[in-house]
Amino acid sequence: MTTAVLPRENYLNTDYRLRSWLLTTDHKRICILYLLTITMFFAIGGAFATMIRLSLVNPAGTLVSDETYNKLFTMHGIIMVFFFLVPSIPATLGNFLIPMMIGAKDVAFPKLNLASWYIFVTGGCFTLWALISGGVDTGWTFYTPFSTLSSNTNVSLAAIGIFIAGFASILTGLNFMVTIHRMRAPGMTWFRMPLFLWSMYATSLIMVLGTPVLAITLLLVAAERVLHLGIFDPSRGGDPVLFQHLFWFYSHPAVYIMIVPGMGVTSELIAAFSRKRIFGYEFVAFASLAIAVLGFLVWGHHLFVAGLSIYSAMVFSLLSYLVAIPSAIKVFNWTATLYKGSVSYATPMLYAFGFIWMFTIGGLTGLFLAALGLDVHVHDTYFVIAHFHYIMVGGAIMGYLGGLHYWWPKMTGRLYPEGWAKLGALTIFLGFNLTFFPQFILGYMGMPRRYHVYPPEFQALNVLSSAGASVLGIGYLIPLVYLLWSLKYGPIAGDNPWGAKGLEWTTTSPPPTHNFAVTPIVTEPAYNYAGEQEESRVG
Amino acid sequence: MLSGIQLFPEEASTFAPKVDALYFFLVAVSAFFVVLIAGMLLFFAIKYRRRSPNEVGAPIHGGLLLETVWTVIPLLIAMVMFVWAADLYFQAYKPPKGPAINVYVLAKQWMWKFQHMDGQREINELHIPVDQRIKLIMTSQDVIHSFFVPDFRVKMDVLPGRYRTLWFEATRVGTYHLFCSQYCGTGHSRMTGEVIVMTPEAYAAWKAGGVSGDTMATAGEKLFTNLACVTCHNAQSGARGPILTGLFNQKVALTGGHPVVADDAYLRQSIMNPGSQVVAGYQPIMPTYQGLVNEEQLLDLIEYIKTLKAMPAVPTVTTSEPDGRAVPKSSARSLPVAPSAQR
Repeated sequence: MTTAVLPRENYLNTDYRLRSWLLTTDHKRICILYLLTITMFFAIGGAFATMIRLSLVNPAGTLVSDETYNKLFTMHGIIMVFFFLVPSIPATLGNFLIPMMIGAKDVAFPKLNLASWYIFVTGGCFTLWALISGGVDTGWTFYTPFSTLSSNTNVSLAAIGIFIAGFASILTGLNFMVTIHRMRAPGMTWFRMPLFLWSMYATSLIMVLGTPVLAITLLLVAAERVLHLGIFDPSRGGDPVLFQHLFWFYSHPAVYIMIVPGMGVTSELIAAFSRKRIFGYEFVAFASLAIAVLGFLVWGHHLFVAGLSIYSAMVFSLLSYLVAIPSAIKVFNWTATLYKGSVSYATPMLYAFGFIWMFTIGGLTGLFLAALGLDVHVHDTYFVIAHFHYIMVGGAIMGYLGGLHYWWPKMTGRLYPEGWAKLGALTIFLGFNLTFFPQFILGYMGMPRRYHVYPPEFQALNVLSSAGASVLGIGYLIPLVYLLWSLKYGPIAGDNPWGAKGLEWTTTSPPPTHNFAVTPIVTEPAYNYAGEQEESRVG
Repeated sequence: MLSGIQLFPEEASTFAPKVDALYFFLVAVSAFFVVLIAGMLLFFAIKYRRRSPNEVGAPIHGGLLLETVWTVIPLLIAMVMFVWAADLYFQAYKPPKGPAINVYVLAKQWMWKFQHMDGQREINELHIPVDQRIKLIMTSQDVIHSFFVPDFRVKMDVLPGRYRTLWFEATRVGTYHLFCSQYCGTGHSRMTGEVIVMTPEAYAAWKAGGVSGDTMATAGEKLFTNLACVTCHNAQSGARGPILTGLFNQKVALTGGHPVVADDAYLRQSIMNPGSQVVAGYQPIMPTYQGLVNEEQLLDLIEYIKTLKAMPAVPTVTTSEPDGRAVPKSSARSLPVAPSAQR
């Protein structure tokens, strides 16, 4: 690779004009559009988080007013969940990789793919408008009757923003499902697909089935505010708890929209950097689908103290324990994959290790919350905050960054500086754990979430958490800087810098607009590092 | 300052040690799996580190036995957690029968109001005796709140339009935090208070000194007269409204045939939205009292109705009309209706 050069023609240099980007139907360029958009949203959401952690250093909460604090955590949640985490891996890595991994020229509906981005941006604009024109103070969960009767902030505007962005999610999911069904190259059977595709398929299923319910729910909130329908208003015979059922019917599966893609990325990273087939491929693949399906049946565990009958609470608790099993299966299989592998400590692999650590802790603490009698105590405390940040930030962002590093050479044709990248990964890992681990202890002590002022005995752990957050903040800046630097100065990567398997590594980096010079024909299973002849496998 | 750092909540109720026992079990299981997985990852990563650039891993596909082991064992452990925790939940959320001190709790943006049976009213402070069962009957005046005392390990959302009952028994004298743990708007984090657990003697003294007015039942009785409830619910058979004596916790047959138990929620609903559940045999003529009584007055009224114990049966005469409806012989019908009837 001493004389490596970038391929003369690739998807990035076919046309430099702005309109060629804004009107592109190339899935790889749409990936870049999403990448820029969600990075911006991540920065905004991160700025809110910074303010929150700064305020919480002082138990008296003198930095900002109560109103401002409430708006800060609301906008942090809305932006991070709906405009960063939900689209993060699917809209960027999913868009880039699904066609490449199955040996296709593009997704099934390229124009719809572009439309999804425009819809997403439109929804984002509404939400930013709600933010700039005064903000929202309902929490990202929009609980009624507070959101419908009490709050006098821009609830409807923010709800409409999320409503619109939801369609981007639905259409992306639809596009991916059709693509995986219809566009696979000759020989690419379902059980030869990389596990990332299984996870994207499961994610798409949740997006298509779950998001409409969120859309209806938010529309009802907006309608109730404007038209005073009384659906959630107890004084008109409505039921405020009904909202929680509807909201979590989407928003619990949405947690899996955020984490299942991270699991898919982790499977790819573990395979590539131990040069070995994933242990129990079929189990890992079906675990994704099991999570997607079971995930729809556990929403009630958000309502254990909210007024469920004790018997339905029991059913939801049982189902919540069941959904933990496929997650456990995945972790064990990843671990077993390393056995007799050829393990490299490249940066993406460090992120994969980080993912497993975060996800294991996040998943195990989920068992605490599914435990009925224990949830009564820890519900709505910092224990919950710590738990879902371990999953959604620790897990999802570790997966996202790991994937971004792994496929960065493919996307840009250039390598990032390995030393800086390792430093960044380590900083993020330490910063994250320092920020969120103390919050488990804080939660069990009883500090409720969404508290602007708090009793002084909680201060020490809050200061520790805020200190961790500043390390984490620096950690996120490191990759931002060196990845941008690498665009111009990074060494030329070549087609397959990792020696990895998978169709995406058989084409040039960056790939040409139509991905492959000739349509590939697949003759072997995924991750065939050992060069085995395919036998009649069980599965 | 460091000596003042506390990392675990006090165990101040009968419920707390039970929750903590389950918590420690879960912590132990979690620690075991974290150490197991992290240890294996580290061990394999070091032992099987890449030694030459072109090295590849061994051709291992999987193993059914291993998959079964790591599916079944976690499942069994999870089921232990499930049963243990469900049992605790039942204890916490199913108030036991037997004597208890009842306190009414009214949550509103952003304060806690407590009404004791004997008439003491408190804001953001709840005085209770140690070692006695306390039953809280809770409702909200506006949005959803949540009653949370970490040192007791109890929490329950407080809903507008519904009464929910939470119980606990404090085991240690002291002052404990009360938090609202369901986000309720601007002053959410200031909607806090204290639960003051007292020795029986101190509690008795506090009770004797703290009465500021009528008992709840007396206040309710006055309202019952002032709002002219008594006009229809006059305890005479054949009156326009059902007899309320001895009604509480009894089964009531409604028009339409569904029997319901006349609990707090039923009584509240019957006052605020009478048309929604008319007692079989009566006309839906009662007006709503929404806007005429506030939540506190409602609690007084309900408490008064609860005190209406069954008296020795008074023989009454009714005739049956063709439609089977009991009509009174008395002249109660000519009495004026409640002033709100036209609203």
